Amino acid sequence: MNENHQNEIGTEQLWDLYRVMARIRLVELKIEELYHLDDMKTPIHLSLGEEAVAAGVCAHLRLDDFVFSNHRSHAHYLAKGGDLKAMIAELYCKETGCAKGRGGSMHLIDTAVGHLGSSAIVGGSIPHAVGAALAFVMQNKTAVAVSFFGDAASEEGVFFESMSLAALKRLPVVFVCENNFYSVCSHISARQPNPDIAMRARAFDIPSVKVDGMDVGQVFMKAGDAIHHARQGRGPYLLECRAQRWRAHAGSGDPLREKYRKPEDLEPDWMRDPLSELEQVLRSRRGIGEQTIRDITGTLNAEIDEAFYAAQSGPLPRKEDLKKYLFA
Amino acid sequence: MPWTKLQIEREEPVFDENAGQDVRKLSFGEALREALDQALQRDPRVYAMGQGIDDPGGIFGTTLGLQEKYGPQRIFDAPLAEEATIGMAIGSAMAGLRPVSIHNRPDFLMMAMDQIVNAASKWCYMFSGQVPIPLVIRACIGRGWGSAAQHSQSLHGLFTHVPGLKIVMPSTAYDAKGLFIASVADNNPVIFIEHRWLYQHKGYVPQDVYAVPFGQGTVKRPGRDITVLAISHMVIESLRAAEQLEKQGISLEVLDPRTLCPFDEEILLKSLAKTGKLIVADVDWKTGGFAAEVVALAAEKGFGYLKKPPVRVCLPDIPTPASYVLEEAFYPGVADIVAAAEHLMA
Repeated sequence: MNENHQNEIGTEQLWDLYRVMARIRLVELKIEELYHLDDMKTPIHLSLGEEAVAAGVCAHLRLDDFVFSNHRSHAHYLAKGGDLKAMIAELYCKETGCAKGRGGSMHLIDTAVGHLGSSAIVGGSIPHAVGAALAFVMQNKTAVAVSFFGDAASEEGVFFESMSLAALKRLPVVFVCENNFYSVCSHISARQPNPDIAMRARAFDIPSVKVDGMDVGQVFMKAGDAIHHARQGRGPYLLECRAQRWRAHAGSGDPLREKYRKPEDLEPDWMRDPLSELEQVLRSRRGIGEQTIRDITGTLNAEIDEAFYAAQSGPLPRKEDLKKYLFA
Repeated sequence: MPWTKLQIEREEPVFDENAGQDVRKLSFGEALREALDQALQRDPRVYAMGQGIDDPGGIFGTTLGLQEKYGPQRIFDAPLAEEATIGMAIGSAMAGLRPVSIHNRPDFLMMAMDQIVNAASKWCYMFSGQVPIPLVIRACIGRGWGSAAQHSQSLHGLFTHVPGLKIVMPSTAYDAKGLFIASVADNNPVIFIEHRWLYQHKGYVPQDVYAVPFGQGTVKRPGRDITVLAISHMVIESLRAAEQLEKQGISLEVLDPRTLCPFDEEILLKSLAKTGKLIVADVDWKTGGFAAEVVALAAEKGFGYLKKPPVRVCLPDIPTPASYVLEEAFYPGVADIVAAAEHLMA
């Protein structure tokens, strides 16, 4: 972790970030552990390795701020405060799920905490954040909309259209690109002539910055600036957070074993672990003992086990309700 | 005068739905303007955007003066980024607003198909009713004067295929206002398709706010021999054909479904029970379009009523040509409906 950044963050805040990241990590490890049983009959897209981005950004968000997300949405949902039981139940396609089993893992939602539903169309939810920001301005609110999307979404035309609209109307929206360098198995070099995504915001006079997405301290500080900028009415902001996707695009596969990533080509960041780095800081600099870490892990695992138990034993949707919800 | 107006004046005589009646009359375009005005007046959550919304022409007159009245925050010009603007409209609807997104031509909605088909139509179902998307998308079908293949499509057949969208296609001034009020009040995405050749037609339009409910067709002209289910501008053509055929002793019953989704099955089946013969007249292509859906419905649910195979009067399955001589051959109208009716009565 970058020392300058971590020194500016109080212990309480670092500890909060740790709990959020550890919760995401442990939830996803549990999903991975049980996924092969085929009881979660929905595609999963794990954020393992990328937890710092969601945690560092959402730490600045209020309940009335909105986040918009994509197919890899577990971390965004949890970091924004989404209900864990409802999320796990959705992975089990249960009536008790956050979308009552109509959405599955790619369509998580928790309107009570400002998570308005994630889209599995790459780039599809970027303009939704712009629209929510437009509404906030029209409603005289000081809320901010955050759009999480990946590097591949930055190839979609709607990304550029959305930045243009947001800049034109000076809207309080923060675009957060999680650049993990891979679109399924395709490396960014096969897809983009210039891998600098942050730079594209300049065409629209939108401030932007590249962020070490493996360093939660840096994400926290840079996201703080971006969200403050938007909340002050100074218009949109783009963060390009570079992070590592440790698992396959979907499912729990291993990119190395699947051979589209080769040990000799791995970015140095591959070996870093944002959670361990933070734990290291907490233990060596902030006096958090090993036992405290073990305690929080135990508490989180108990909560997670309970959520899985509730999801597994929850009711399935009824077939006679197939056509329910088509229209409001 | 712009060329398009010249041609419409020459080829499309003004149709007065309430000819000879001393009632308050507005044109189709004026009725839409009044409806948008009243929708904005009634509900501060309503706003409208579109390329050219504040132009001197005001989207065929339908937005004239509204920016002055409601300010640039609620009535604003939009860039031609159809995907992002409709996506933005959807996002604003999620946050509690009621957007109206206006597009000059349905052809340009193709750029926003991802947002319409993958987001707007699905959000309600996909998230078990938690986030409805109240959104009205207006678009106007062009016709004539060499508008050609990319400025003349209706494409409602594409939209009716997608569950979760409501499709509205008014043919008269009264319905235009009432259906627009209902569209803005609806909590779901509505595609509201107008026809360029309807704007100058007029009829009775009450000043008060009123809604024409979705899923209720209307008998535009009662008759006994043949049911003509007509869509948008084809309603006018069918009424003209009916007048002509009356002199030959053939009586057409002209139905206007007004909304294609939801569709008023009852009005169709009731009429078929009486006539046993069906013409479907549409402003879209024949194959795989809404006319095919109506015929399928008649076969599924009204087979016992049918005395003759139904006839579709639609656009031929080719892109719209530019040359006026080819346009004449391309667009079906009164003569085609008359011919279809004579064939059914033969």
